[in-house]
Amino acid sequence: MSPFWIDLIIILIKVIVVIGALLGGVVVMVVVERRGAGFIQERLGPNRVGPWGWLQPIADGIKLFFKEEFVPAQAHKLLYLAAPAFFMFIAFVTFAVIPFGDKIELFGRTIQLQIADVNIGILYIFAFASLGIYGIVIGGWASNNKFSLMGGVRSAAQMISYEVALGLSIIGVLMIGQSLRLNDIIGVQTQYWSYLPRWNIFIQPLGFLIFLIAAIAEVNRIPFDLCEAEQELVVGYQVEYGSMKFAMYYLGEYANLITFSALIVVLFFGGWHIPWIEGLTIHPLLLALLQVGAFVVKVFAFLWFFVWVRWTFPRFRYDQLMRFGWLVLLPLAIFNILATGVVMVLIP
Amino acid sequence: MRVVTPKMSLIDRIYIPALIKGLYTTIKHFFMRRFTQEYPEEKRKPFPRYRGLHRLNKDHLGRVKCVACYMCATACPSKCIEIEADEAPWKDREKYPVKFEINTLRCIFCGMCEEACPELSIQLTHIYEMADVTREAFVRRKDDLLGTNEFWVLKEY
Repeated sequence: MSPFWIDLIIILIKVIVVIGALLGGVVVMVVVERRGAGFIQERLGPNRVGPWGWLQPIADGIKLFFKEEFVPAQAHKLLYLAAPAFFMFIAFVTFAVIPFGDKIELFGRTIQLQIADVNIGILYIFAFASLGIYGIVIGGWASNNKFSLMGGVRSAAQMISYEVALGLSIIGVLMIGQSLRLNDIIGVQTQYWSYLPRWNIFIQPLGFLIFLIAAIAEVNRIPFDLCEAEQELVVGYQVEYGSMKFAMYYLGEYANLITFSALIVVLFFGGWHIPWIEGLTIHPLLLALLQVGAFVVKVFAFLWFFVWVRWTFPRFRYDQLMRFGWLVLLPLAIFNILATGVVMVLIP
Repeated sequence: MRVVTPKMSLIDRIYIPALIKGLYTTIKHFFMRRFTQEYPEEKRKPFPRYRGLHRLNKDHLGRVKCVACYMCATACPSKCIEIEADEAPWKDREKYPVKFEINTLRCIFCGMCEEACPELSIQLTHIYEMADVTREAFVRRKDDLLGTNEFWVLKEY
């Protein structure tokens, strides 16, 4: 076989593994979210289906799958059907550039544990993440429902506002990494200051905080779930969606959540890097596996953090949301860039 | 009236300590005792004065205590008790109920029948699992009400 075909097969395998992992992650998240919510509220949560309720998402899936396929009257049928698919597609595609492990040597080939090693990885992620709102806005508009439209509009305004802060908050990280490639950013973080790993969280705590908050807003979760706002808008853009179309939005939302958790880990917590492991002598393949494991653990820590936050804080009012985004996060992000620049000039 | 808003300190205005406090509160509750009762496996124990399904008591000879005086049926605010009296076959009373029906769909479980009864014949038990599928099944007949004794064991009094 020519090298081209081997490369193609390797990439296909990686794609399948990543999509499988994302779907698996969504399944796990459904259980973690619902049972976690139960525990935080001193309930048990769903524990009937399977051991410890682990089969609950499968039951949910079967239920959604067999529900009636319904298009509301006067909805724009094509857009109405296309919107959830688009949303889910974008959510899954975004993960493509995130490295989930170091390079491994297998059968004399170097395999990058990442689907696409794009040299503008960050830009790619931001471009696609902001495309995601089209799924929401189009869905909200096409279902021909006032609540849906309100949800879509709110979501668009919110995402645009917070994307600014989100983008600016990582400029500091990019200045330190001197690159937009996610592998380079992780590469910088694998170094040490004497014993402390040079993770960006220690260098850029303010940037991390802004990024974390803006990321929660970006994935539309409480306290920033203005576009869903159960009490005022029922569930916003999802009102008219049922059966698998609803499930697609659901999948897309959780896939987005996983992507952003992974992005936080890559940008601020050293990605797949396990601190102080370089001193030990481990078989390189085992080391690579451990690093993938470390990445998964870190991502899950953040996923749990998102769940935790969701069941702790109340929702923002709309004006508070806008004021917070533009008058607090944005100036802080700009200040962070300035401060990083000054420090980099003073301490070369 | 002048409303005085308390001045917030810098720490209050940064807001993050308050957020961390909130997160600490929820994670504390994460490890607390859960209040869920897993119903079919784990049954709730009613309070002593709980008013559930009725029973008709028997006397020491195993006869129905009821003398068909209609006091309960009169006292009943939802008119769910239907009694048909006949001459008693026993010497110590004049009447006894041939038919004693309680429509538990109409019944509001107020316990007034219990209060009205001069013979302590009708009483409300702790039985609360009364669901059924047909309307007829909810009309408890005399034998059902007498039978309530069999599967309800006196514990509190």
